[in-house]
Amino acid sequence: MENPIYIQEPSLITPLGFSVSENVSAIEKEQSGIHEQHQKDILDTPFYAAMIASEKIDAAFKKLGNPSRFMKLEKIMLLSVAETLEKSKLHISEKTALIIATTKGSIDALDPDNSFSGERAYLPVLGKKIQSFFGFKQEPIVVSNACVSGILAVAVAKRLIQNNVYENAVVVAGDLVSKFTVTGFNTFQALSDGPCKPYSKYRNGISIGEAAASVVVSSERNKYTAIEVLGDGSCNDANHISGPSRTGEGLLKSVQSAMQEAVISATDIDLISAHGTATIYNDEMEAIAFNRANLQQVPLHSLKGYYGHTLGASGLVEAIIGFESMNQNKLFTSLGYDESGISKPLKIIQKVEKKTINTFLKTASGFGGSNAAVLFKKVAFEH
Amino acid sequence: MQNGTVICNGKEIVSADNEQGFSEFAKRVYKNQQWEYPKFFKMDRLSKLTFLTAEILLKELTISSEVKEQLAVVLSNKSASLDTDRKYQDSINSIENFYPSPAVFVYTLPNIGMGEVCIRHKIQGENAFFVFDDFNPLFLKHYAESLAQNNKATQVLCGWTEIDEKGYNSFLYLASPNGTLPHTEETIKKLYTQS
Repeated sequence: MENPIYIQEPSLITPLGFSVSENVSAIEKEQSGIHEQHQKDILDTPFYAAMIASEKIDAAFKKLGNPSRFMKLEKIMLLSVAETLEKSKLHISEKTALIIATTKGSIDALDPDNSFSGERAYLPVLGKKIQSFFGFKQEPIVVSNACVSGILAVAVAKRLIQNNVYENAVVVAGDLVSKFTVTGFNTFQALSDGPCKPYSKYRNGISIGEAAASVVVSSERNKYTAIEVLGDGSCNDANHISGPSRTGEGLLKSVQSAMQEAVISATDIDLISAHGTATIYNDEMEAIAFNRANLQQVPLHSLKGYYGHTLGASGLVEAIIGFESMNQNKLFTSLGYDESGISKPLKIIQKVEKKTINTFLKTASGFGGSNAAVLFKKVAFEH
Repeated sequence: MQNGTVICNGKEIVSADNEQGFSEFAKRVYKNQQWEYPKFFKMDRLSKLTFLTAEILLKELTISSEVKEQLAVVLSNKSASLDTDRKYQDSINSIENFYPSPAVFVYTLPNIGMGEVCIRHKIQGENAFFVFDDFNPLFLKHYAESLAQNNKATQVLCGWTEIDEKGYNSFLYLASPNGTLPHTEETIKKLYTQS
């Protein structure tokens, strides 16, 4: 048995709020952060996305520094890390890793209309900003593996700590809604003309979102109850670079790898927070993979109806809501779902409900055939 | 692959004029191989670099398809996909000259080249792409060994595939229990500098 690894002090900076409690309370009331956006600097026609107002970020950022000196993504990631560090009182040592997950980083730095230098688009430059701001001693590890980055980063932290490379890690994930990503998904005709509707018969594409999230991953725990990282897997479909596998092979293998490591069976899992982007191909692939894994009876949601697809941040943002589900023993609704639009059954959560949740599975899938699955368990200790 | 040269296991496989640009050089390396893979021509520059380097190394190794299926792939670089990101950005800069293409956008992720390698060789093992300021042999060692320790893989294809305005360089190696060199930071660094 490997040394147990725990999650501590999550923080969220999202359109639903700048604290985990604000986020959870919005989700409990089924409030979506996705709205119609009229931003001609991003797209010449209105589009649906979950965005954080720059004024709100700058007002919050004033406690950390001068908002005009940092880019938007830098600010939300710094705000998130600051909160996690403050709450965890983590001592940053030589054995503390800084792991940064992002799909596109500050890609807006490439835009000629942006006043910041193009250098800021380099991910190591983003990494160094965060590192030097808080005085991390080790070079940051940037995970940039498409839309699985956020949850894969948690697995990376756990693996490195278990193998004594580090004692603990701050994992921060973040991505923005930018002209780059919105026009890109638009060329795929993948953008929904309303808030996205994962797994619904009436879905017609994704909504994009922006967010930052962070946690401490550590071999230590500082509470009477803790969340343990039980197992993980991140396998490739080896099928297509932009289309998910029709058989759900990579996702199935990732889930099996995590379950094998955790030594648990399908009936032990109480909640799945799936990827659920609301594209026909993604949702169908997940339905097939979860059925092949015998998980069709496990309550499942996609949180994309609240946050949109926050790309590299999504895995960590959504995992953090899952931790709150475990803490509160509450299932949160898969917003946007009505009638099934998938060919295999899934137990999609349709209303907020009390339920004991001890074990929770988070999955993600992305371009390049990437998939990731991480299993978490709530553990109680004697006082 | 670097400065117009391909070296595999100490052997020079292709050597071209250093002044030749990457695309010309990549075509030459492709033609030098004994296979055809039309999809290659659709790839962006980072994917071509990743793909060719993996192709040359995997041909050199005799590993069964069963082992290949479970192979882990751990790649890294400095510039992520900025080489293609800039190309895509150019296509959306002005309303008068607005021509974004899904075929370019799909390559604006650093892990796509890794996906191309996985498709070509039916590799369904662990995958991760990392970004560092510079080649980081100690991290590759740590992460590859963590995968092995945690029973996630027995063999790991590790490396660095970087392309940017200034040039390109790639270096891949296989970490395996059947290897002949110790998997240490020094060895990895030495192999990288020699190649």
